[in-house]
Amino acid sequence: MHALTKIEEIIQGVLSGDRRNIAKAITTIENNTAETQKLISSIYPHTGKAHIIGITGPGGSGKSTLIEKIIRKYRQRGKTVGVIAVDPTSPFTGGAFLGDRIRMQELSTDQGVFIRSMATRNYRGGIAKATKDAVKVLDAAGKDIVIVETVGAGQSEVEIIKVAKTIVVIFAPGLGDEIQAIKAGMMEIADIFVVNKADRENANKAIMDIQAMLQLNNKEKTWKKPVLKTTALTGEGVPQLIERIEEHKHFLERQLEHKRSREKAEAELIEAIKEKVATSMIEKLKREGKFEEFLKKILKKEMDPTSAAEKLLNEKFRNKV
Amino acid sequence: MQNERKIRVLIAKPGLDSHDRGAKIIARALRDAGMEVIYTGLRQTPEQIVETALQEDVDVIGLSILSGAHRTLFPRITELLKQKDLTDVLVVAGGIIPEEDVPEMKELGIKEIFGPGTPTDKIVQFVLENIPKRT
Repeated sequence: MHALTKIEEIIQGVLSGDRRNIAKAITTIENNTAETQKLISSIYPHTGKAHIIGITGPGGSGKSTLIEKIIRKYRQRGKTVGVIAVDPTSPFTGGAFLGDRIRMQELSTDQGVFIRSMATRNYRGGIAKATKDAVKVLDAAGKDIVIVETVGAGQSEVEIIKVAKTIVVIFAPGLGDEIQAIKAGMMEIADIFVVNKADRENANKAIMDIQAMLQLNNKEKTWKKPVLKTTALTGEGVPQLIERIEEHKHFLERQLEHKRSREKAEAELIEAIKEKVATSMIEKLKREGKFEEFLKKILKKEMDPTSAAEKLLNEKFRNKV
Repeated sequence: MQNERKIRVLIAKPGLDSHDRGAKIIARALRDAGMEVIYTGLRQTPEQIVETALQEDVDVIGLSILSGAHRTLFPRITELLKQKDLTDVLVVAGGIIPEEDVPEMKELGIKEIFGPGTPTDKIVQFVLENIPKRT
């Protein structure tokens, strides 16, 4: 038995859900060291179990506060939760001020919750380059739910679509022209819309605006994108949001199930055709005496079985034409 | 391609005082020096601070305290750090800490205490020079 190397120790730690090693693994991914690839390929087979939720929307819309409430609801249901909260890196100094945790600090000592702040390190699109693989770490570590909070995003910050399975786009009334905030990208990537700060007076107007936009470009009929109202500060509307997230998760599972059933049926059909065709062909060849004729040639080593089969089939199909 | 390793710092305010101007100024100075600064807000318990340091895998913890409770809270924090095996983290503190308490604080493993009026670049310099080497 050889002693574990540092990276092997981290990998084992992640797979057993050890918090210190989860943290170190994410650092390894962020710093992209010589061992990062080994780490990712070792944990990859253990991923795919978590439901990954992306939370995006303009700065000040209440993403962090809403996430805190979402975590609490999932914890009440006995689910474990991992969070990656992304904030921007200064393009001038390379430094970053990561303040998303402020709203979630009460949850920091809950052993069923793991929160990690992440700077974009100048990666574009609203997340960091390391976000996708950091999500894999939390997934492999056994978190049931992984939430990614993007930087305050409004238009083209849509990289989250490559990471999350369910995307929640949050707006708040009074942040400016709601339609301006959602003109490009955001409309398309959202699975669920949330108008947060619903206690404000323009909330209903914001909802109507979004619904009107949706009716204009609702080509996709399979999943009807819901528009919900929440007040993250009080938690109002959060249970309904969780229900919708779960519904979307089931929708994705059904789609996948449908795809899998199709693939399975296809394979079975191919198998059945092969079986039927071969059986009837062989019977026919036997009746005609061809089978016996070629069998003898094979026994005399005048021909090999593959060539014999080819010749027989060629003759058969030529006769048909 | 290997990325540049970033210094990650946790700025935390333990205890019950509710002024975080100093903490925010330090956070900003460290950010402007190219570090990634995690800020947790006010009224943090020692448990929250240490758990945050662990999850964020920070190299440095900066504690800011004005309430006078440092002799109660700092020993608890350094004890928890030891328990969690976070011994390779540089711990510094600032705020209102009387001169006569400084030796006791350093005994606990707090590397430096920065009183009111300390120039921010002195703090940045100290962090850069004392950051634990990690592979």
